[in-house]
Amino acid sequence: MGRRIRVLVGKPGLDGHDRGAKTIAAVLRDHGMEVIYTGLHQTPEMIAETALQEDVDVVGLSILSGAHMTLFPRVRAELEKRGLGHVLLTGGGIISKEDMQALEEHGYVQLFGPGTATDDIADWIREEMVKRWKNEEIPL
Amino acid sequence: MQDLLEIVERLFAGDRGALARLISWAENRDSRFPAALGQIYPRVGRAWRIGITGPPGAGKSSLTNGLVQAVRARDETIAVLAIDPSSPFTGGALLGDRIRMEERTQDKGVYIRSMAQRESHGGLARASSDACDVMDAFGFDRIVVETVGVGQAEYDVMGAVDTVVVVLCPGAGDGIQAMKAGLLEVADVLCVNKSDLDGADRLILDLEDALRLRRPRDPAAAGAGAMTPPVVATSAHEAEGLDDLLEAIDSHRRHLERGEVEDLEKIRRGKRIAQVRRVVGERLEEELWSSSGHTATVDSLLEKSITPYDVAEEILGSVLGVSPKTP
Amino acid sequence: MSETETAGTNSKRSPAPAGGMDPRLLWEQALAQAKLREANFSTLSGVPLEPLYGPDDVQLDYQRDLGYPGEYPFTRGVHPSMYRGRLWTMRQFAGFGSSKQTNERFKFLLEHGQTGLSTAFDFPTLMGYDSDHERSLGEVGQVGVAISSLMDMETLLEGIPMDRVSTSMTINGPAPILLAFYIAAGENQGVDPKLLRGTVQNDILKEYQAQNAWLVKCEPALRMITDVMEYCAQHVPKWNSISISGYHIREAGSTAAQELAFTLANGMEYVRRGIAVGMDVDAFAPRLSFFFDAHLDFFEEVAKFRAARRIWARKLRNEFGAKDPRSWMLRFHTQTAGVSLTAQQPENNIVRTALEAFSAVLGGTQSLHTNSMDETLALPTEKAAKIALRTQQIIAEETEAAHVIDPLAGSYFVESQTNRLEEEAEAYFLEIEKRGGVVSCIEQGYIQREIHHSALEYQLAVERKQKKVVGVNIHVEELDAAPEIELLRIDSEVERGQHERLAELRKKRDSSKAQAELDAVRDACRDGGNLLERFVAAAHANCTLGEIAEVLRQEFGEYEEPRII
Repeated sequence: MGRRIRVLVGKPGLDGHDRGAKTIAAVLRDHGMEVIYTGLHQTPEMIAETALQEDVDVVGLSILSGAHMTLFPRVRAELEKRGLGHVLLTGGGIISKEDMQALEEHGYVQLFGPGTATDDIADWIREEMVKRWKNEEIPL
Repeated sequence: MQDLLEIVERLFAGDRGALARLISWAENRDSRFPAALGQIYPRVGRAWRIGITGPPGAGKSSLTNGLVQAVRARDETIAVLAIDPSSPFTGGALLGDRIRMEERTQDKGVYIRSMAQRESHGGLARASSDACDVMDAFGFDRIVVETVGVGQAEYDVMGAVDTVVVVLCPGAGDGIQAMKAGLLEVADVLCVNKSDLDGADRLILDLEDALRLRRPRDPAAAGAGAMTPPVVATSAHEAEGLDDLLEAIDSHRRHLERGEVEDLEKIRRGKRIAQVRRVVGERLEEELWSSSGHTATVDSLLEKSITPYDVAEEILGSVLGVSPKTP
Repeated sequence: MSETETAGTNSKRSPAPAGGMDPRLLWEQALAQAKLREANFSTLSGVPLEPLYGPDDVQLDYQRDLGYPGEYPFTRGVHPSMYRGRLWTMRQFAGFGSSKQTNERFKFLLEHGQTGLSTAFDFPTLMGYDSDHERSLGEVGQVGVAISSLMDMETLLEGIPMDRVSTSMTINGPAPILLAFYIAAGENQGVDPKLLRGTVQNDILKEYQAQNAWLVKCEPALRMITDVMEYCAQHVPKWNSISISGYHIREAGSTAAQELAFTLANGMEYVRRGIAVGMDVDAFAPRLSFFFDAHLDFFEEVAKFRAARRIWARKLRNEFGAKDPRSWMLRFHTQTAGVSLTAQQPENNIVRTALEAFSAVLGGTQSLHTNSMDETLALPTEKAAKIALRTQQIIAEETEAAHVIDPLAGSYFVESQTNRLEEEAEAYFLEIEKRGGVVSCIEQGYIQREIHHSALEYQLAVERKQKKVVGVNIHVEELDAAPEIELLRIDSEVERGQHERLAELRKKRDSSKAQAELDAVRDACRDGGNLLERFVAAAHANCTLGEIAEVLRQEFGEYEEPRII
């Protein structure tokens, strides 16, 4: 058995819409991943610190407050500050196409909009991690 | 090797990322872990390890949270290892028993790590014990290991800590269930949580009755100095009784350190022996059934249509270098 | 109605007419031979459906279970004349950016025939943080208007006659503080609080269950609610002190029955709390109002609204001993289901919203908000907001559906669904009681877990295509076709503007007076004085939302959500 994909599902900011976050957490569990759900109202520092302590492979953020352009880059910055630049970043919520493109430059290679099938998200994460593990891209 | 020295150095320098990664190594049975443990082992043995277990719904997580606060109020540092079950079907798990509060997440004196149960066979106990060693070497004053106390794997985990706290709460038949499940036998401290609920007083009385009849874990240690586990009432939600709980834990610690039952070193040695057996067991399993091991042999032996016992004897024979048992 | 049409369904059956085969049997045979689209049919909430409903599916005593409109148990409506007297209030929820921007949108909506105001606040306001708090970064004005002080509230209402317009404010944790700003703004406009009309949502229980914008722990939060009820009964008598909301429970993924059950259970808890502090139930119950979701399962929704009225009337009269018929009446606002909207082919959302709105009207709602088609993408643009309002106007003016009261009553199907929903709700009431009441259920995560499971089940049903969504899992179009609708964006100017306004306010105000009022709030937290009274005074002293809320957090402790997954 050995290694399993560890995912942090985070809710940055003040919005309380956790339906999507809880659903995706349960779905990723059913895809064999080990999922840590942060709970609501997390600051970028809290998310990054939890990612560090839990040594996760993936951080997925869920946001519906419209504050993603502020919060997503800050989460990334906090992760890098802790030497976690290698963590696979993703997220979802009400995010426009332009914003998704802009966030790509902040390391969010793939973001998922409303109506995405949860299985697609799980598959994407698995494929990415398989690729990374094969290349052993994970630094210490 | 470079990896190894670097990560150990970082751990000693107080880098929580290194701590987290070493625990992952232990969990994933990374080939680098044994050597890393060797490097840090001289620093293992300072922290007091507390196990918290009990049936689901007893409020273990809020109790752990409360304990963290109480420990921090004394200016001591604390690490938490929270163990959650894995799905037997998919192997996945939902971890992180606690919703993370800002002051705790940002507090450098607190480290919280989740661990999935994954496969059983002592693997969990081995990994959690390793994780405790790493947290110990990092320098935490106390370590809390929290599990849902329902299966053999969790009992094994509890076997590796210094003080076991069994948490119960008032509710239909909880006390009786606990006795049936053998929870009382592993307890060094009993905690009745949610003590503001109806039935708490009754549960405390029942437990005290049951404890009077309890047979000691180790008959040799019976008699002088044997300690009857205290029953502590807490209401973690209301932050009540947590200092009492901490005091009960400390009292158990003093009791062991004074060597009133048996030598603490001897107890810890016993725990190390158990860990050796788990590592050996795990390695044996792995070696036996790896692709170069006996998986193929079983397949071909079964072709000869003999019973599973016959096949097993053949394999044992080749491993242990003895001839198969004959009836 | 002919003999054959009233023939029974299910196992109980009228005897076969002489000389022929039982018509029901004939139909059942025909049905058994027919090729069906699916193996199973169920409501949107996953409740199995029969192919046909008849008299044997409905146990109904007309007078006991339905009665006449305006009469106990109000199943058919709360007013004798319903929409023949007055149409429902068209109340579009609006709010974004600065108080000035929202003030302009309010005026626009009033000019286009809207009859009441409804305010959406941004997350910092909903959580009790000022716009310049560190946690507000990036969130100011994003999903609603930013209101940090009396000054912001006054700007929001500038040029709007507060004695003539009714205002709804969707806020909960800090609701009493925002209501205090509103009362104070009215006083500064020269309007007597006795003339203020409107509603503050102020429903904290469903926040812990579904919507998740809270300020402090459950018990002190409930105390603030009874403070508001008491204060309003005395000083702001036309104000609805609480709007008990199922909307967010449903949007979080509950079934129709759960929405109904948890909302009414919350309502009953507020009634108990009001009685417990010594109020006469008839002094406050008439000022309780409700807020429901209108989802896509048309018949189940109509049945839900009807069941809600009947359950509430029965509970208030029989369990709480209310004597005033106005206490028995469940009056409610409805919003169409935001979660039913799709990002794909967003224009289709106009149709979904129209169908949902129609169920609310046939269900007898007192006021209605229709969603804009672009809401899954961003805040509504002016054009989308106008179409949404026009949708209601078309139902009101063109369909002629508003002329007949409770037109679906007597439908075997609708009545059986109404009964079924009441039964499901009663089962939940028992379960909640068994678990020690609503607050205890929240602390155990029971209600949250029930909702989460329903949400997960629905999501998986959509992914397995057991539940169909046009544009998502059926009739899907090219994925990359970008939505052609224009989107409204909030720029960071709003945040900067708020920072400046707050800095100016703090500089200009009499800081010793502000501090004195904050201290008075702290004292009231401890000695049990009416907090709303203190908040009104603090509002006049220009204390900010965040400052007042911080006192509450310190005094009462922040709420910690239980783990539920």
